[in-house]
Amino acid sequence: MPIIEANDLTKVYRVYQKKDGFLGSLRGLVKREYKEVRAADGVTFTIEPGEMVAFLGPNGAGKTTTLKMLSGLIYPTRGTARVLGHVPSERADAFRRRFALVMGQKNQLWWDLPAADSFQLHREIYSLPAADFARTQGELIEMFGVGALTRQPVRELSLGERMKMELIAALLHRPQLLLLDEPTIGLDVIAQVTIQKCLKEYNAQRGVTMLLTSHYMRDVEALCKRVLVITRGKLVYDGLLAGITEQFGQSKLVKLQFAGETVPPGLEQYGELTKTDGPVADLKVDRHRVAEVLGAVLDRYTVVDMSVQDPPLDQMIARVFEEGNVGHASTVA
Amino acid sequence: MRPPSLESLEREAESIGADESPAMRAPPARRWGTLAKYWRIFRVSLGERLVYRGDFIIGTVLRFLPMVTTILLWEAVFKGSGQAELSGWNLYEMIAYLLLVHVSRMFSSMPGLAFGVARSIRDGDLKKYLLQPIDMLAYLMSYRAAHKAAYIATAALPYGVLLYLCRGYFTSWPDASTWLAFLASLSMAFVIGFYFEACIGMTGFWFLEVTSFLYVVNTLNFFVSGHMFPLDLLPPTLAAILKVLPFQYLAYFPSAVFLGKIQGDALAAGLLIELAWALTFALLARLLFRTGLRRYSAFGG
Repeated sequence: MPIIEANDLTKVYRVYQKKDGFLGSLRGLVKREYKEVRAADGVTFTIEPGEMVAFLGPNGAGKTTTLKMLSGLIYPTRGTARVLGHVPSERADAFRRRFALVMGQKNQLWWDLPAADSFQLHREIYSLPAADFARTQGELIEMFGVGALTRQPVRELSLGERMKMELIAALLHRPQLLLLDEPTIGLDVIAQVTIQKCLKEYNAQRGVTMLLTSHYMRDVEALCKRVLVITRGKLVYDGLLAGITEQFGQSKLVKLQFAGETVPPGLEQYGELTKTDGPVADLKVDRHRVAEVLGAVLDRYTVVDMSVQDPPLDQMIARVFEEGNVGHASTVA
Repeated sequence: MRPPSLESLEREAESIGADESPAMRAPPARRWGTLAKYWRIFRVSLGERLVYRGDFIIGTVLRFLPMVTTILLWEAVFKGSGQAELSGWNLYEMIAYLLLVHVSRMFSSMPGLAFGVARSIRDGDLKKYLLQPIDMLAYLMSYRAAHKAAYIATAALPYGVLLYLCRGYFTSWPDASTWLAFLASLSMAFVIGFYFEACIGMTGFWFLEVTSFLYVVNTLNFFVSGHMFPLDLLPPTLAAILKVLPFQYLAYFPSAVFLGKIQGDALAAGLLIELAWALTFALLARLLFRTGLRRYSAFGG
């Protein structure tokens, strides 16, 4: 049975439209005009237990709105969600005990107290048996490598350490589903990598299902095979991360290093010359013409070194975002 | 993030809890577990509060400075009026009353509670406890109780010194049953103060900006609760109206009880009505929270 079933999830917000200037503000006191914003529009997908899925989309695409509907913070305007067998918006205790939502920009720990005190509080909030709690806490502290820091007031921790504490707090009650909204926002690369590693390890050990949003493609590549792409409230892609390349990467990047000091003339006929640096040239070539182009180039010039790459993933994703509604991809889940 | 000012002494409700009350729904066997939960919150909050003990002590001491001017003011008022009593209050009772009002407010005032509730609705802090199996009102209540306990414990010494210095203004000392009534009225003052402020804060579900509303409520409250002077000094009609309203229980009622101004049947009736108000506000707060959350989940989040 899937752990998340989102069926036609739609959320329409009413947003007050303020008129310009003082008169506009006065008019707003009497009669207000509202605009309807479709933050999520017919979002449908399922996630099976143990999956790690990335939720991608530009700012304001509807990622957080969807996460909020899945965690029961807001009601869908239309459509249904079933998460862990519950309707999230009923906010049953039995449901709330089994998942956690971590937001990178919000902290849940008590600012002035050591994290260990907040952990104790979580133990009470979730009514965890003392022995289980102690074991879980010990394992998590070891996994995240924050042993010496749990007795320090949270406000004295670095951003990365604090995020680790947030994650530990969120995992203490051993949720079966972890929803992560930008878990690595603002962190340096080292902290990002540690957190990726821990999440991955935790997923492998416990089979916890994770759905995460992130702006860092590094997070996504490190953690998730499957991605959901949402733009303007609509789900435009649901499938393997690798599949994005096939579906949206119409060109490949051919890197060529020529003998001599400069790039020889006449390369433009084979593709778009995106960069030259001394004898090295980047050539963007339609993916179906790669073999043909390589043959021709090798025939005509003396090539010292060459490679064929997909364009960087984040560029590709950006294109997917821009193109927006390109239809549903029914790739493997 | 450090609580900055002296007004923030007893502050502050930063965080907010959830809609469904585990306390109300839990089967009897789990009731103790639920209580333990909020006891733990109480203890953790207490720890947090005591981090800033220096802030406490200085703030408590400074709080009494205005008392000196108050005493001088009322001495002048009585002298100027040429009367020994104003509406049944003599100078000694008046000063004792104003000292006791501080004690009443120590229980009933909830600095920052309404604002904290409104802000967490607005900023979305509300979420964090909507996601966890915890009841917001019970959570905030434990948190407040801890702050009050810490505050009262720290303030006990300076208050004791002050009351000792001013012992001359207390012409008679209450008997045991009056003491009991006084303590009961103070406890209920805490409950009324808490739920009243919570209700005010819940308006944040409907209005984005509540600062001016809170300002009006606080200013009015200072007057109608008898914080400024005993309600009896007002014109009889106004005094009668104010004594029907719940606000007198936040300051006037407990102090008047201590001074023996309310006795016998009137005292018993007063305590019962106070209890009724406490329950009314508790229910109202629940109702507002429930309705507000429905709106929050439909429109915002």
